[in-house]
Amino acid sequence: MRREGSAFQGLGVVVLKELSDHFASARMRVLEWLVVLTALAAVYGAIQQVRDVTAEDPFLFLRLFTTAREPLPSFVSFLSFLVPLMAIGLGFDAINGEHGRRTLSRILSQPIYRDALLFGKFLAGLITLSISLIALWLLVIGLGLIMLGVPPGGEEMARAFIFLIVTIAYAGVWLALAMLFSIIFQSAATAALVTLGLWLFVSVIWPALATAIAEAFFANADQATQVVAGQMLARISPATLFGESVLALLHPTTRTLGPVYISQLEGAVMGSPLPLWDSIMVAWPQIVGLIAATILFFVGGYVAFQRQEVRA
Amino acid sequence: MSEPVIEAKGLTKRYRTATAVDGVTFTVGAGEIFGLLGPNGAGKTTTILMLLGLSDISAGQARVFGRDPMHEPLAIKRLAGYLPDLVGFYDNLTAADNLHYTARLMGLPAGSRAEKIAAALSRVGLTAVANKKVGTFSRGMRQRLGLAEIVMKDARVAILDEPTNGLDPQASVELLELIRSFKAHGVSILLSSHLLDRVQSVCDRVALFNEGRIALMGTVAELGRQVLGGGYTVEVEAEGGANVARRLSSLPGVRKVEQPVAGRWRLMCDQDLRAEAAAEVIAANARLSRLSLDEPSLETIYTRYFQSVQGVAHAA
Repeated sequence: MRREGSAFQGLGVVVLKELSDHFASARMRVLEWLVVLTALAAVYGAIQQVRDVTAEDPFLFLRLFTTAREPLPSFVSFLSFLVPLMAIGLGFDAINGEHGRRTLSRILSQPIYRDALLFGKFLAGLITLSISLIALWLLVIGLGLIMLGVPPGGEEMARAFIFLIVTIAYAGVWLALAMLFSIIFQSAATAALVTLGLWLFVSVIWPALATAIAEAFFANADQATQVVAGQMLARISPATLFGESVLALLHPTTRTLGPVYISQLEGAVMGSPLPLWDSIMVAWPQIVGLIAATILFFVGGYVAFQRQEVRA
Repeated sequence: MSEPVIEAKGLTKRYRTATAVDGVTFTVGAGEIFGLLGPNGAGKTTTILMLLGLSDISAGQARVFGRDPMHEPLAIKRLAGYLPDLVGFYDNLTAADNLHYTARLMGLPAGSRAEKIAAALSRVGLTAVANKKVGTFSRGMRQRLGLAEIVMKDARVAILDEPTNGLDPQASVELLELIRSFKAHGVSILLSSHLLDRVQSVCDRVALFNEGRIALMGTVAELGRQVLGGGYTVEVEAEGGANVARRLSSLPGVRKVEQPVAGRWRLMCDQDLRAEAAAEVIAANARLSRLSLDEPSLETIYTRYFQSVQGVAHAA
């Protein structure tokens, strides 16, 4: 027998309440400052390099996102570090915080299902992250316009926009993971530590470990096999998936994200950019991987939350 | 008894290795205050959560206003108000804002929300602090705010889990008064507590829980009769007269008469027999100097019951 009513009854109320909490929180203040400082640092770093090649580069605006100037990393590198932190910051106490405040059973005794509460919290987190990222994206583009004095082309804007969408999907992965741990662990501090630890592991240690594992397992295979195996293992990390998608989208000359064989380069004009659609196709598996990881972590959290005993 | 608002038949909750609630059967009638009493961990909260559809039922069945909590939890949640043990609110929001949030979750129309919130806060005596942040509230004020939520909902049954837990005696008395006023407004109440003496005064009937099962159920007087062999104790002090003890023993409803000291008699009765005892003392030409009544205490009933259960277990 089906449950009565809609699983999403009360969803809008939860989303609005959570959004209002996020916007009024000290975390949001920190986030806003991070957005401004990141945009300034990234554009300042990139602009010095980009100005020299203004006339030569057909994708000048995209360079704003990818160009680094020592000691400052590129905007994309900033984001791959900042986005997980932002998402974890918004999600690590989503459910255990309600337990801690002893509000969960009172809220769930209202005519709503748990589905609405969990999905509402996720949506509110994602909307908050999206607003921050869109603000950051617009700031970088705006500052770029002012400093370069050249308007971006249509394809550049399209690539930059898809890059924004991919970044939001990347944020979704970490938000869903942080929320999963906020369900599993009753202590918000434990959930935060475990999520941050996992983020450090998959972002910093795993890429190196993946190569070592591939070399150990395929010790007798040729080097190409080892490289492909290492790359496949490294793609378990959302950071790798994000990095590869961004590479394909913001560097239009990227023709593949795997090893390139000589046979594949036959007839190719080296250095010529791929059309936008082809770049999307190159990054498509990585983009789908990010969305799938978000869904996977959210579903994991959903199942855990549905089975959880609500006593507080 | 009036038509049942809550019905539990063989209600059971099993976890992997333990049975928290084991075949519990009871009903709560319209306008009745029914107490689920017992020590912590006895299964009271689990029973409540199953009734609200917040915990799956392993076996047996439950109905709240004839609705099944497993399949129609939203319908039940629309009719039932719930005050959890040590209720929590969003400390950064005011009392009114906290109620606004739940009012929207309840689906109250926007036009009537403010009015309902004001009326609910007034009913529980929190109007003066409506715009203060809940973080500054005492435990008693939070409990009252929880009751305001139930008032705002126009709940037909209030399910209160340990409502007096953590409250000082004065706050407990005020809260119990509020609970009584719910009954006066026609709201049925299911109340759980481990503080037997505090809730005894408000409950029409009680079920004493132990290790997931209902050990005893009925009115306090009925339980007194079952466990203490007469729930009421009438103490009589008199001087002179003849055959006072024999006369008192012959009163209908007197189960036992003890004489701890000369001139003082202790009557174990089924009901309050002070008037009849006084009449017999006077009829025996004795001079009545004192007459008092001890109502059966749930605490005594509970303690005596478990002493007897343990005694049987030891004997076995």
